[in-house]
Amino acid sequence: MPKHTTEQITEKEWPLWEVFIRSKAGLDHKHCGSVHASDAEIALESARDVYTRRSEGISIWVVPSNAITASKPEDKESLFEPADDKIYRHPTFYDIPKGAGKM
Amino acid sequence: MYGDTSIQKPIKIAEPTSAEQARLEEIFQQKIDDDIKIEPQEWMPAAYRKTLVRQMSQHAHSEVIGMQPEGNWLTRAPSLRRKVILLAKIQDEGGHGLYIYSAAETLGTSRAEMIEQLQSGKAKYSSIFNYPALTWADMGTIGWLVDGAAITNQVALSRGSYGPYSRAMIRICKEESFHQRQGYELLLTLSKGTKEQKEMLQESVNRFWWPSLMMFGPNDANSPHSAQSMKWKIKKKSNDQLRQEFIDATVPQAEFLGITLPDPDLKWNEERGHYDYGAIDWEEFGNVINGNGPCNKQRLANHIKAHEDGAWVREAAAAYAEKQQKKRVA
Repeated sequence: MPKHTTEQITEKEWPLWEVFIRSKAGLDHKHCGSVHASDAEIALESARDVYTRRSEGISIWVVPSNAITASKPEDKESLFEPADDKIYRHPTFYDIPKGAGKM
Repeated sequence: MYGDTSIQKPIKIAEPTSAEQARLEEIFQQKIDDDIKIEPQEWMPAAYRKTLVRQMSQHAHSEVIGMQPEGNWLTRAPSLRRKVILLAKIQDEGGHGLYIYSAAETLGTSRAEMIEQLQSGKAKYSSIFNYPALTWADMGTIGWLVDGAAITNQVALSRGSYGPYSRAMIRICKEESFHQRQGYELLLTLSKGTKEQKEMLQESVNRFWWPSLMMFGPNDANSPHSAQSMKWKIKKKSNDQLRQEFIDATVPQAEFLGITLPDPDLKWNEERGHYDYGAIDWEEFGNVINGNGPCNKQRLANHIKAHEDGAWVREAAAAYAEKQQKKRVA
């Protein structure tokens, strides 16, 4: 049996960081996964090694996972459904005669 | 690599304990049937979560253990070109392990726990890595056959129902293609070489052919637990379907290399539109999975040693982070 109780405790103390990558100038940072790291600097370096081995990015954000507040799946209806019946918010709702030109 | 479906255990499904439970299960199955991906915070049956944690952690372990047979040849690569390629491939395997551990952690099991299960022997990894890499040709054969089989598996897994796993698979499949191509290119070079090099190529393929076919797991008739995984779309194609796809794609590549595959029953079946192949030695497979393969002990011992040797680095980094934290507060 491996005798790594102390390492395990240490490993548990390495927090989780969520990784966001901007793939090229002009685009948003996009979530791509997570890394374990003792601090932000190491999290950045690990994220570089793990998620950008093939020029996938030009900028990385790392955020402590526990700093993220997420909406709950059970709130999906109350949060998002009100938008479903507001079709007048979309340009295709309006009929503009061809004669009016491009709009 | 890998995504070996051969090491799955039975899935135990509990009967719903209440009307509420039954309703949740129904909604869940409806989402799966409608091809809506399941995301971490959403409700899922306990057995779905457990099955995924087991499969994903074993997949991640396979990636990490898979670094060893190739690491064995790094210092003996015949040219700088081959050496940088091999290094990059091994680094990818480590990265793939991390993508999958990261995806598996979203199900609520920590990476430390998963690694503990690997090291204690509770969790398995793909049987293929318990075979030794004896010759340089094995570096090509592993890329061509082992990664080739893995890609076949992983393309199917990338369409699976669990969002984080599916996304990790898409990422991995993109990178995996390089692994297979570099392996095939290496073998092509050997196939144009000296008599000894050609023999080394053939001998290597002879050793890896059957274990590669075993990577797809037991025949469908002997894989009674697959049905539930298929219903949940953790698995999209059956073991035999995937194995057949792999064989059909690989035989012409072997012909192009000018080598034979070690199966006298392997031949094109016009009627089926597929290659027929001989019976797989499942007894050997069972032995290797259960710890009696040529390298099982060595692979685990190396993993544990590397983990323990790295303990001081992890401790030092944690201590440094704590010190910096205190400085900031002060």
